[in-house]
Amino acid sequence: MFSDLAVLMFSCVLINNILLIQYLGNCPFLGTSKKMETATGMAMAVVFVLVLAGIITWLVEWYVLVPYDLKYLRTIAFILVIAALVQFVEMFLKKSIPGLYTGLGIYLPLITTNCAVLGVCLININENYDFFKMVVSSFAYPVGFGLALVLFAGVRERILLARTPRPFQDTAIGLVTAGMLSLAFFAFKGWV
Amino acid sequence: MAKTLTQEFTKGLWAEIPPFRLVLGLCPTLAITNTVENAFGMGIAVTFVLTFSNIMISALRKIIPPKVRIVAFIVFIATFVCVVELVMQAYTYSLFMKLGIYIPLIVVNCIPMGRAEAFASRFGVVRSMLDGLGLGIGYTLALSTLATFREIIATGSITLYEKPIAILGASFEPFKFLVEAPGAFICLGLMLGIMNILGKK
Repeated sequence: MFSDLAVLMFSCVLINNILLIQYLGNCPFLGTSKKMETATGMAMAVVFVLVLAGIITWLVEWYVLVPYDLKYLRTIAFILVIAALVQFVEMFLKKSIPGLYTGLGIYLPLITTNCAVLGVCLININENYDFFKMVVSSFAYPVGFGLALVLFAGVRERILLARTPRPFQDTAIGLVTAGMLSLAFFAFKGWV
Repeated sequence: MAKTLTQEFTKGLWAEIPPFRLVLGLCPTLAITNTVENAFGMGIAVTFVLTFSNIMISALRKIIPPKVRIVAFIVFIATFVCVVELVMQAYTYSLFMKLGIYIPLIVVNCIPMGRAEAFASRFGVVRSMLDGLGLGIGYTLALSTLATFREIIATGSITLYEKPIAILGASFEPFKFLVEAPGAFICLGLMLGIMNILGKK
């Protein structure tokens, strides 16, 4: 049981890295990776929201959608849950933990449209995870997201100093760099 | 209004073609351009969602209260994504299985959301419909082009309806790198660079 969860954790963070191997959450990846500061902020916000969103959407699926045979509404139900959750988290943090709010604040609204969040919630359902596996995967995927984001931000800060050919500046060279990083993560394939 | 209706439609095909000019909707661009068939199917699905969500949102733009507009947009988009999901499941099951998780993820694709916010909530129904249709077709073209390069170089052939059509001949050594994740990033990066060289026009 425990070793299963450890393997799952390892595979979610490194082998099936959500960003570089499963290609989810690329818009914020390119948008917020220009500075280390914004990258860590975004990474933390995603971990925070995704753990909550994973648990709530899993409960919605198994205790609302499946018993009432409403599985075809899954997409609508999940996205509404996530949108409402993000709004709620934002208000809650503003009132009770202002310090954390100033840190995460501007990244929270962006998370609703981060496909990594909805993606992981759907993966949890498609893979038929039980409760513990779901919690581990909802935590490990965003950790992998954060890891890739922070690594990439570090590389990107260096690229700013390099002389890139004009047509390749900014996004284009960013994507090529992401490809190299993805190649590094690709090497983990086959470990488990 | 400076732009004619035709321009509203054609801008999506070159001047504002989605993943290249407007860097939006990258996730499916990377994920499903490994074969031409997948890319084309995804493009059609996005076109459908984008056109109808644009029509709905622009028709109701005076009724939706500005404060809850984002949630309202998401509900409209999610509804049409559900329609697409069910239709694809019924009629193109193998494609539905191949695209898998990326069909429900059209909801959080930035293109429909971005167009709803930037265009459909401001302009009339006909204009919004043409905008959606143009951008959708542009997106389909872009995805298909990228997929063509990737598939030909990775396998030396193009598979349509499960029949491979050889293009590069038997002596070509398949370059598998391009269908995998790293190849996707690098190919899209190079494509963006090439589009920048070609210029805006």
